[in-house]
This record gives sequence, structure tokens and C-alpha cells, in this order.
Amino acid sequence: MEELTIVIGGEQGEGIESVGEILTKVLSQKGFNLYGFRNFSSRIKGGHSDFNLRVSSGREIYVNAERANLLIAFDQATIDLYKDQMAANSIILYDSKSVNPNNFADLPEDALIIEAPFQQLALECGNSIMKNMVAIGMICGLNQHSPMEFKDVIKDRFSKKGIKIVEMNIEAFEKGHDFVKEKGLYSIPLVPVTDSRKMFLSGNEAMVIGAVAAGCRFMAGYPITPASEILENLIKIMPEYGGIVVQAEDELCSVAMAIGASFAGTRAMTATSGPGVSLMQEAVGLSGAVEIPLVIIDTQRGGPSSGLATKMEQSDLTAMLGGTHGEIPRIIISPSTIQEAMYDMGTAFNLAEQYQCPVFIAADLVLATSKQSTEILDTRKFEMDRGKRVTDEDLLLQEAKVFDRFAFTEDYISPRTIPGQKYGTHHATGIEHGETGHPTEDPINRKKMMIKRMEKINSVTIGEDIKVEGVAEDILIIGFGSTYGAIKEACEQFQASGIKAGLAHLRLLHPFPAKQLERLVSMARQVIVVENNYSGQLANVIKQHVQDHAKIQKLTKFDGTLFKPSDILTFSKELV
Amino acid sequence: MATLKDYRMDIKPNWCPGCGDFSVLAAIQKVAVNLNIEAEDMAFISGIGCSGRISGYVNAYTMHTMHGRALATAQGVKLANPDLHVICAGGDGDGFGIGLNHFAHAARRNVDLTYIVMDNQIYGLTKGQMSPTSPQGMETKSSPGGNPEQPINPLQMALASGSSFIAQAFSGDVKQLMSLIEQGMQHKGFAFINVFSPCVTFNKVLTYEYFKKNLVNLDEKEGYDPSNRAMAFNMVEETGSMFTGLLYKQERKTLTESLPKGSGTNMLTRDTFILDDIMKEKLISRYV
Ligand SMILES: Cc1ncc(C[n+]2csc(CCOP(=O)(O)OP(=O)(O)O)c2C)c(N)n1
Ligand code: SF4
Ligand SMILES: [Mg+2]
Repeated sequence: MEELTIVIGGEQGEGIESVGEILTKVLSQKGFNLYGFRNFSSRIKGGHSDFNLRVSSGREIYVNAERANLLIAFDQATIDLYKDQMAANSIILYDSKSVNPNNFADLPEDALIIEAPFQQLALECGNSIMKNMVAIGMICGLNQHSPMEFKDVIKDRFSKKGIKIVEMNIEAFEKGHDFVKEKGLYSIPLVPVTDSRKMFLSGNEAMVIGAVAAGCRFMAGYPITPASEILENLIKIMPEYGGIVVQAEDELCSVAMAIGASFAGTRAMTATSGPGVSLMQEAVGLSGAVEIPLVIIDTQRGGPSSGLATKMEQSDLTAMLGGTHGEIPRIIISPSTIQEAMYDMGTAFNLAEQYQCPVFIAADLVLATSKQSTEILDTRKFEMDRGKRVTDEDLLLQEAKVFDRFAFTEDYISPRTIPGQKYGTHHATGIEHGETGHPTEDPINRKKMMIKRMEKINSVTIGEDIKVEGVAEDILIIGFGSTYGAIKEACEQFQASGIKAGLAHLRLLHPFPAKQLERLVSMARQVIVVENNYSGQLANVIKQHVQDHAKIQKLTKFDGTLFKPSDILTFSKELV
Repeated sequence: MATLKDYRMDIKPNWCPGCGDFSVLAAIQKVAVNLNIEAEDMAFISGIGCSGRISGYVNAYTMHTMHGRALATAQGVKLANPDLHVICAGGDGDGFGIGLNHFAHAARRNVDLTYIVMDNQIYGLTKGQMSPTSPQGMETKSSPGGNPEQPINPLQMALASGSSFIAQAFSGDVKQLMSLIEQGMQHKGFAFINVFSPCVTFNKVLTYEYFKKNLVNLDEKEGYDPSNRAMAFNMVEETGSMFTGLLYKQERKTLTESLPKGSGTNMLTRDTFILDDIMKEKLISRYV
């Protein structure tokens, strides 16, 4: 066996998250490649939540599997949600204290269904809360891992709470382990291909690391799902690097604070989602007009309004592309893996300073909150390019009373001074202005300034503006963000059945890499644009840039659930 | 040595002759010279309105931001570079209407900057609508039958929000105005100065004459103790806000001083940076 999917579900507060953390820590250390996603289901009473972990012995994975091999149910909702998603010969463990086996009618016939006394065994160790440790013990035993590594991680985790707590949790773990051993239960073991050191982290965490490594030293934010984690993590670690993080009173303040800090020369950012993006639009316009670098992370979630706050959507694309009144330059980068999320922060801060404009990181809920195994951070990928900064020496030579901060230049990018630099003083205003920054309504200047601002970004590239995989002669699948994993596996399944399928994942959404995409589209017989929104926002943008509209088919999903590879296969079959 | 010439711009303000904002502009420039602050070390951030244009008439690192967001921006500037002298300015609509939220939070956050509001009790730039400080009953373009709403009291608002320096001045008394701005700039923390700065074009009620007749000078009032908060609240009540002078002053930690250790010590405003191996290990240790 090359891979395995484990799902554990229960009510929120039953320690599902800890199971995920302990399990992934051990498996990651062993060298497995992992993908974990925590699902919050607000539809079901009692606040059900589950953790879906896909474990691969070899290749990297970017999406959950469609079927589970091992299901651990603390509540009925876990059974109801997953009964149609079990793999062949799966194992289902349930706690009869909270799950009624009379409702098991439509479970797969080949599944091994076992009543497991999680709560009972935990109580025997002193507290029913430890049933999650019992579950970990069972998973360890079933998959024939050595208990040692699990025990070490458990010890580590509880050591702060004292030896007694550590011992109780270890005992609970052992009870779970013994239970499956005594019953002679096991699944085919997975053996990792390599034992190379890896990181296992969420997109939010990756963007935090990326920001610090990129030299960002100021962040202001306002709590919002699913971006809050970025604020919380940065507040913890930024002081160690000499930076400042502020929880502002609202998004109007957080984005304005970031602009202020950036005006002063610091690399500054904010992170938000949906409603916060709406509130920030005026400031995005200011950043564009006064040519002050700004980085905004948008972890898109279900909209409009309060929408589906804990669910996946990619429906802010038009807001990021066109939000704010008037017209400004902007750059939109879209990471599709956790690794890209980390390194894109370096790219974003460099581009913001080079091009002196707002840069959006178009993330989404799944990318922000799912966790993936990723190579260890390579700091060499974070070389800071501070753009056209003027040196103190050059300013001394010029001795200008007011610096031409918005000077017209060949590449439309003006040299920049920052407060404290002698002979660098200037005015920055959102009112149309001349080269010193002071207001003017002169039509000739206005036209020149607009063209300068709008066209300076034409040369932007992030290297791989479109991630291309496979030869898309028959089918080209286009997407952006975290749908990459599902699209990639759909392509592989197409290829396995002899169809020449390939993917083109957009990494730079603005300025749009039109030429490259046009070529890819022209070479494919069928083009499917996959995205999590109602109107097909990406497909519509593509149609603005690509000639052959008839070829482009929209596959959208806006019910809060995630794309599976099979959704794409089914859709394509229906098309033919 | 900083001179007035350094701070002057060759731009004629587009204010109406007689507008109170001229005095505020002159006062800020003179105080900066008195305190010997070099122009490149001053960041002057303003909001939107007639008053908001003020930053464009000063030669320094200046920024004319968004309606209501000047204080938010100014806090970001100061946090990023504590060596700068940061002044923030705007109108009553800017600060107490659309930007009131930031006013209250900047006051309690106590970032070290000076906030000057040119309070003309009217929306000047948009040509004469009522503002949050227009008196009840005042006729304006948007209250033709008289303002039906009770005005906000910026001084009590500042007191309640924890502002560590609160003063009120009048454009008709430049000497006191300068003195209060100077004290505000020397104060470590959030310093708020509300300036009665008459709009000669749209406010025919709260005029220079009106203020001259009605204002009491707190600075000359015997027995008044600006470190006493209860006394300050009372004074605002007693005078119906018709006073000038230092209302309240308190020494307390600024935000930067209250942040976790290390905060703000390496803001990289000018340097480049690359993570060394030790810092890298520290950064990634919780994710391996
Ligand atoms: C978001 C937004 N809404 C409205 C305006 C229009 N506007 C510009 S200035 C102003 C009010 C100005 O009044 P105040 O702040 O008291 O300044 P004054 O002109 O009196 O100095 C308004 C409503 C704007 N610029 N931005
Ligand atoms: S309209 Fe009023 S506030 Fe505006 S410049 Fe004229 S006098 Fe001053
Ligand atoms: Mg006003």
C-alpha cells in the first residue's frame, strides 16, 4: 500500500484537534508525506468536526483522498458524513456510548465494523476526556507503528501539565493500543520511502514564516475566519525578530496602519478575508495612487456578506481585481500549495517594493487551514529587493528642497525616499499630483501619471506565472489556489485512461499572463475552468484575455464543499 | 538648525481668506523650528477636508490619506519608526464623524504622536453640511430646519478613551495655540489638541467673535489641576467646552513600551535582511 486515509470525527471539544496534531507530528517525523484538513460542519447539531488525514509513503499530496480506510467515530455525524466515502475493506471504529449501531444500515458490506470502548477505557485511566488518546493508541496499533515515537510526542505535549497528567495520557494510549492488539486487528502497514526532515504546516502558518523570512516587520490585522491564525501566530513570533504586530479596531485601521508603516519604510502587511477585503478597498486605492507598497493576504471564504464563514470559496477574485473606485495598478499572486504560500510572501514583498503598489495574496480557506508536508524552508529564496530606494549620498548630491518622489522615468517606476532621509521630503496624496506629489488637475500631467501608474506593472512576472503540468492535447484544466490538488489527481486519472490531459494553474492572476494562457488554450481540444464560486470569476477573466470563448467550459462549485478529482472527471464525461 | 524656510512650501493654500486653518499651519511650522526638528525627521499625516490639505503646505515627509483614516495611518508611521516626530491633523468631520472609531482607539493605545483637529463645527470642503460638533439647532445645508441631533463632545470622548494629553486651542490666539502644540509634541504618548478654527465661509454661528467673547483660559485659571481627571470632566461640563488651555495630562506607557520585549527593535526601514541558521531553526522548529 502506498497511502492511507484516516478520519476521526466527533463533537467539537472532544480532542479531535489533538489527535490530528499528535498523529501528524509522529508521521511527519517518520518521513511520510501528509495532507490534513479539519472540517467544521455547522449544519449538524452539536458542532461536529472531523480531521481527515491522508498519509502517503512516497509522493507529495495536495488534496484529501475521496475515500477513507480507517474511520473513528465519536459521534453519529461522523458515520453519516462518511458512510458513502469508505474505501474497500475499510475499518470503522465507533464508540457505542455516543453512536447507535442501529443506524448503520447503509455502511459498506466489506467494512470491518468494531465497537470500541473509547470512553470506557479513558474513564478507567481517570477521565473520559482522554478518549482521544485511546483513539491514537488504536490507530498506532492498527497501522503497526512502534508505540515509542507516539509516547515521546505525548510526553512532550503534556509535560508542562505535570508527570501525573503525562502518565494518565500514556496509559490511555496504551489501553487503546492493547485493545486492537488483543483483538488481532491491523491494517497493512505503510513504510515511508524517505526519512528526510520535513515541515508540516498550514497555509496560514506558511505565510507567517514567509512574511518573517521576507523581512516583513509590521502587521496589523483584525480577527476574521480563516485569517485570524495569521495575526495570532505573528503576534507570537514577530517580537523575536524586532517587528510589531497590532490588533487594530477594524480593517479600515489595520490596512491604513500598514500603509503608514510602509510609508516609513518598513515591509508591512495585513491579512483578512471576505468582509475585511470589502472594508479595505478604499485603502487599496490609496496605496495604488500614492505608490506605497502594501501586501494583503485574502484567505477567501464563502461570501457574500457573512456568507459561509467556515467554508471554502474563491469568490473574492473580482474584488481583488477591481475593488476600489477608479483605476490603480495592483498585483495578485495565488499560491496553490503550502510551499508556494511560504515563498510567495517573499515574492509579494519584493514586488510590492519594486513596483510600489498593492499586492494581494489570493489564498483560500482550504489553502489557509489545511496542512501539508513541505520541504524545509530555504532562506536563500528570500533575498530582499527593496526596489528603487535612493541613497543618502545621491540625495546629498541633488540637494532638492522637495524630492521628485513621483518622477516620470523610462520604466514608470519612480525613485523612492523614506522619512528620515535628508533632501528626500515629499508629499504623498491620493489627489492627482505632479512629480513632487503636490496636487494638480493639469490634464497633460493627469494623463501621464495615470499611464505611468497603470503601465508600470506590465513587466511583472513571478517566474512561473502559470504552473503547467502534463500535455493538454485533449483536456486542459485551469484553476487557481487550493483546487490544484484535486485538478492534479483528475489529470492523472485522465492520463491513466489514455486521455491526454494537462493542467494550467494560474499563479499570477494580475497582471494576467494572457499570452502564455492563450497558447495553452489554443493547443487543447477541451478547456475546463475549475473554481469555487457561482459566476465563474476566473473563467470570465480568461475570456477577457483569450480569443476562443466557445472552448472554455465552467465547472463551478459554491455549496461550501470541496472539489474532488471525480467531480472533474464526471463533468468532462458529460461534456463529451 | 532647522529654520522656517525649511518647512515652507511654495504653494498657496487653497483656503478662503480668513480661514482658521492658516494659524494652525503657521503654528505647527514655528513649533517645529522652536523644537529644532529637522524637516526630514517630521512625518505629517492628514485626513480629508479643507483642514486635511494642511500637510501639503508643509515641507516634510507628508501624507494626505483618506477621509477618517489619518490617525490609523499616522500610528503605523510612528510604530515603524519611533525616531520620527509624527503629527496628525484633520477636521471635525474627519476625526469625530467618519474617523471617530480610530480617535477613541488611538487615544487608549497611546502611540506617541500629536493629533490636531481643526474643529470648525461644519463640513467645509463639501460646502457646509452639519458636522458631529455642530450645535443642536444650527442651520446648515443638511439641517435647514436646524440640527436635530445633539453634538459629540470630543474632549469628554478623549478623556473617556484614555488620551494622555488633552488640550483645546483657538486659531485667534496663535501664542497659546503654539504653546499647546509645543507641549503636545513634547508629551510622550497620544496628545490631542482640539482647535477652534473658524470656517468663515460656512459657519456663521461659531465665528471668531463668538469664540473671543465666550472662551475662558484654563491656563490662567487658579487652582485648576490638569492631572486630575475628575476635575477635567467637570471643567468641560462647567464651561460647556468653551475654554482653551491644557485640560488633562498624564504620564503613562506608550504602546511601544507596552509591547512584548523586542518589539520595534528591528523594523528594517532601510536595511536588508536574511534569516541566519539559528533564527531559521527557531522559526521552523514548531513545524517540524
Ligand atoms: C469616504 C468619503 N466620504 C465622503 C467624502 C467627502 N468629504 C470630503 S471632506 C468631507 C468633510 C469635511 O469636513 P471636516 O472633516 O470637518 O473638514 P473641513 O473641511 O471642515 O476642514 C467629506 C464628507 C470623502 N472624501 N470620502
Ligand atoms: S470653506 Fe471654511 S474651512 Fe474651508 S477653507 Fe474656506 S473657510 Fe476654511
Ligand atoms: Mg470641519
